[in-house]
Amino acid sequence: MLRYIARRFVWMIPTLLLVTFLVYCAIRIGTDPVASYKRVNIRATREQLERYRSHNGLYEGAFGYVRGYFQWLGGFLSFDWPRSIKGQREVWPNLKDALANSLRLGIVASAVGILVGILMGVFAALRPGRLRDTSVNSAALIGLAVPPFVTALLLQLFFAVQWQTWFGKSLFPTSGVYPPGHSGFDLVLMAKHMVLPVVVVAIQSMAVYARYMRSSLLDVLNSDYMRTARSKGISDRRVLVRHGLRNALIPVTTLAFLDVGSIVGGLIITEGIFEYPGMGKFFLTAYSNGDFPELMPWMVLIIFSVVLFNLFADIAYAVLDPRIALD
Amino acid sequence: MTIEVASLNESLGVTVQSVSPGRMVLRRFRTHKAAMVSIVVLAVVTLWVLLSPITARYGINEAVIDINEGANQNLAPFAKAWFGTDQIGRDLYSRIIYGMRVSLLIGFASAFLSLAIGALVGSVAGLKGGRFDDVVMRVTDIFLAFPFLVALMVVRSTLANVPWLKPLTGEINTVRFLIFLFALFGWMGVARVIRAQVLSLKEREFVEAARAAGASNGYIIRRHLLPNSAGPMLVALSLGVVGAIVSEATLALFGYGPNPGSGATSLGLLVSEARTAVRAGYWWLALFPFAGLLIITMCISFIGDGLRDAFDPKHMVDS
Repeated sequence: MLRYIARRFVWMIPTLLLVTFLVYCAIRIGTDPVASYKRVNIRATREQLERYRSHNGLYEGAFGYVRGYFQWLGGFLSFDWPRSIKGQREVWPNLKDALANSLRLGIVASAVGILVGILMGVFAALRPGRLRDTSVNSAALIGLAVPPFVTALLLQLFFAVQWQTWFGKSLFPTSGVYPPGHSGFDLVLMAKHMVLPVVVVAIQSMAVYARYMRSSLLDVLNSDYMRTARSKGISDRRVLVRHGLRNALIPVTTLAFLDVGSIVGGLIITEGIFEYPGMGKFFLTAYSNGDFPELMPWMVLIIFSVVLFNLFADIAYAVLDPRIALD
Repeated sequence: MTIEVASLNESLGVTVQSVSPGRMVLRRFRTHKAAMVSIVVLAVVTLWVLLSPITARYGINEAVIDINEGANQNLAPFAKAWFGTDQIGRDLYSRIIYGMRVSLLIGFASAFLSLAIGALVGSVAGLKGGRFDDVVMRVTDIFLAFPFLVALMVVRSTLANVPWLKPLTGEINTVRFLIFLFALFGWMGVARVIRAQVLSLKEREFVEAARAAGASNGYIIRRHLLPNSAGPMLVALSLGVVGAIVSEATLALFGYGPNPGSGATSLGLLVSEARTAVRAGYWWLALFPFAGLLIITMCISFIGDGLRDAFDPKHMVDS
């Protein structure tokens, strides 16, 4: 077991190098960092442009990409990050704040979504084909078919704009973490700003987990070992919890690991619509500016988290289900 | 064989009606009420959109009221404009019809394209296995692990800056470019499904029999593997259409949507206008485009669900 985990961890390194190199090339071709620099800093002198080019290792040609990649990698690892093309800001302080904001939103929303989704799935699977099953199933299908931006805009329209015309003041704010001009920490205000984004995200994951849990539990309930357990005279409740739920949760756990890993990437649509200053918004801004020095660290963070949690998911699967042979 | 059974049954005085697998699927599909309703709704909507010269009340850029005769911007729904007017006084109802036309085109074209690529790659990977299979599956792993929108946006700008792709994909803001972009992402999901299907099918006796009779890989794929994967393929197609339409709308929402020219619009562009309209309180500019989008995505989702149940009765709700 330990050997398996160690080997997987070692394999992470070449995977990360390869993927970051591919992303590096894609971003350099796609955003054309030098042209973006000129677009954002119209008055940039030739020397400034040269400095930007050499500091970021933006050399031309196929070999220039490889050389530039390693220069970038060296700078990244020694924490000597090039500054953003917009206003020469340092990248890390903003990235750190964005990460914290996204983690807060993502963890709350996923926790709500996964828990409620699992409960809904169990609730449906216990009476397959009955009213509760079909209603959970249809609700989940609708939840999946409604794109998050529709939910987000409808919630904004209803709870903020229309609420104001009906009752004189809006129920929930529509953008940001705090009202403009606010400083310091205020839990109530922050929670109020998070309500609508959390609902949008939670609806999506609720739908996913309800369907997943339902089909997983149905598979388990129809399996032979459940019949064996029942025929041994174990009480229904104990069979369900000990044999049913525990086994049905295995694939759901794997999925949850993957989802948690993707929180770091932010919730781009939700954050974009609610102007929430998280990783998703950070990406949208950096992408529209073609901000190479901001895009690369962002990409590395999410690649790292996706690869790491993929690995966790595999390990969890192997640990939880003894039938899965390692290696 | 069938004749013998039939004559045997006849001699025993038993009447047995044999049902082909396709007919069984159709019969199961018909019991899925939501899917049947969805088919009807989708057909009506499609017809409505195709007949836009008759069904649309105004031209794409035509103002409902001449600006000299009074204000025409952002009017709430009234008799002359059933769904209200937009910020430069055009009829939203007609624009939704024109927008659906482009969105349906994007959805179906990219879904069919990704189905074709995915079915080919998936069946070859599943049948041949080995190095090709490994590479394809690793590549799809990486792409699917990425946040979808990030991958979409990065690849979008990368593709646009590859000069030798220009003749094929066109400029970055054309509908054609979006179709290729979505197909490039869509085929991976299809390839995985088809590969899984092929992996289980290729061990079956009829494939073995075909191989023993000297059939080539191409023949086996054409005659046995693909027809037997019809179910997953149709489900993948429905997912692909919904995915492409929603992706187009999402890209448009952030300002990366198509620019279909002054003679067209898309649901995505209409939805993206909703973003500013919501804050200003023009609810009709949000609700009606959303309704148009949701009618399409929901109908296709329900049809896909019905197909899944029909081909794979194990997960049927009432079984």
